[in-house]
Amino acid sequence: MTVHAEFITLLIGIIAVLVAASAVGFVLKQKIGQGGASPTVENLNARITAWWGMVILLSIAFLAGRGGVIMLFAFCSFAALREFLTLTTKSRADHWSLAAAFFVVLPAQYWLIWIDWYGLYSIFIPVYAFLLLPIVASLRGDTQDFLIRTSETQYGLMISVFCVSHVPALLYLDIPGYEGKNVLLIAYLVVVVQISDVLQYVWGKLIGKHPVAPSLSPSKTWEGLIGGVLSATLIGACLWWMTPFTVLQSAGLSFVITLMGFFGGLVMSAIKRDRGIKDWGHLIAGHGGFIDRLDSVIFSAPIFFHLVRFWWSLT
Amino acid sequence: MKAFMALMTGEAILLFARFMTAVRGIWHGIEPVPRQRVYFANHTSNGDFILIWAVLPSYMRAKTRPVAAADYWLSSKLRAFIGQEVFNAVLIDRRPEDRDHDPMELIINAVDEGSSLIIFPEGKRNNTEEFLLPFKAGIYNLAQARPDVDLVPVWIENLNSVMPKGEVIPIPLVCTVTFGEPLDVDKDEDKDAFLARASDALVKLSETVRRASS
Repeated sequence: MTVHAEFITLLIGIIAVLVAASAVGFVLKQKIGQGGASPTVENLNARITAWWGMVILLSIAFLAGRGGVIMLFAFCSFAALREFLTLTTKSRADHWSLAAAFFVVLPAQYWLIWIDWYGLYSIFIPVYAFLLLPIVASLRGDTQDFLIRTSETQYGLMISVFCVSHVPALLYLDIPGYEGKNVLLIAYLVVVVQISDVLQYVWGKLIGKHPVAPSLSPSKTWEGLIGGVLSATLIGACLWWMTPFTVLQSAGLSFVITLMGFFGGLVMSAIKRDRGIKDWGHLIAGHGGFIDRLDSVIFSAPIFFHLVRFWWSLT
Repeated sequence: MKAFMALMTGEAILLFARFMTAVRGIWHGIEPVPRQRVYFANHTSNGDFILIWAVLPSYMRAKTRPVAAADYWLSSKLRAFIGQEVFNAVLIDRRPEDRDHDPMELIINAVDEGSSLIIFPEGKRNNTEEFLLPFKAGIYNLAQARPDVDLVPVWIENLNSVMPKGEVIPIPLVCTVTFGEPLDVDKDEDKDAFLARASDALVKLSETVRRASS
């Protein structure tokens, strides 16, 4: 995969932002001094460090080409599914269907992406896994909570594998005049959605007063939602040069994916609240688990994929 | 050469364990400092001591030996290699009629050499509905013989769902290993009272884990 001028420009921009963020984090830490400790600043610095890690990982994957990107997101799916299924209802009778979810369904989905078999990867989990995994579970004969067990496993697969796999699937869209640049679509999606997360957090901290869904998440406010989505949409519009879209189209798509990202966070909060946990895991210091960081990408990726495929792609 | 093979095998096993469980150590009322300790944990899977090993910092791992069953770990060449060379286990025979050594003596020798130990006081893997099996006397005898060594309760959460007994393929699920406050040892305490207290310490630790995560 060739390195594009657009990619370098974006990378320089992101690195500049991260350097500034690291500097701010460092100054805040110095200000507090050795004596005091502030969980907010600690958390901020942990997040910034994790951001550096993510940018480095994504860049390496992009440079490694299709294989690298697919491997990276297959691993994200694996980690997300591992977190998700840790919290679902299971019994001994599910052992084979759960093993199949990890070691058959997940690799098969990414293999189908790799060979670009759109007709199968877009229905593989919603149809084949949906029908076959409950059959495997039912053969073991345990009926206790059967519907709950099969539903939760299927939901975990949809969220962690099906939705996430639409990110690398963007590599295969056939957009006239945009050949060989598809990796920039992934960069665009991830950057816009993640910046929106940060801006929602910042707007919410600055002026947030009215929670959108108080029983789900007191930190998600209308002020944060509107401020975050609008400012991220503005940034998305300004990134039109790296996409096949016009400025207006880019604004429209950014608006849709940031909104989906917001609601993804809301739905995942509802699940966490139900299970009585704060974070999905502890894999990424400062960010909780993989799902905590990916929830907005998970909800926006399939929609972004299908919108772009419908209006821009030849295939 | 053998030592190198053992080191590589050990690293490979740890990498695999981390891949499957994303295991995380939680130090709850005790710090990971290089002090001689006897860790006692719940036992549901043959991977239990591997998870404890995985969350110990490497400077502690090198000095920590699991106490394991000779009748299992010597039953094949591969197991013997993993048990003795890789994990440097203190192998004791659970069958009184077949053994040529006193298990307690081997354990106390290991403590006197300065090793930390990992023991499973239930004596075998718990595949029952019971929360914990009744503790065997070994932990009491060890505490009486070497009262200065910290007895640290360790709760391993979720590994039984990853690899239930009788299954061949493990399922990747997130596991935690929680270390609790050391038990006080009282020279005059009788065996049953001590075993009950040790067992309670594990139950309490498991409750803090479940409260934190659920």
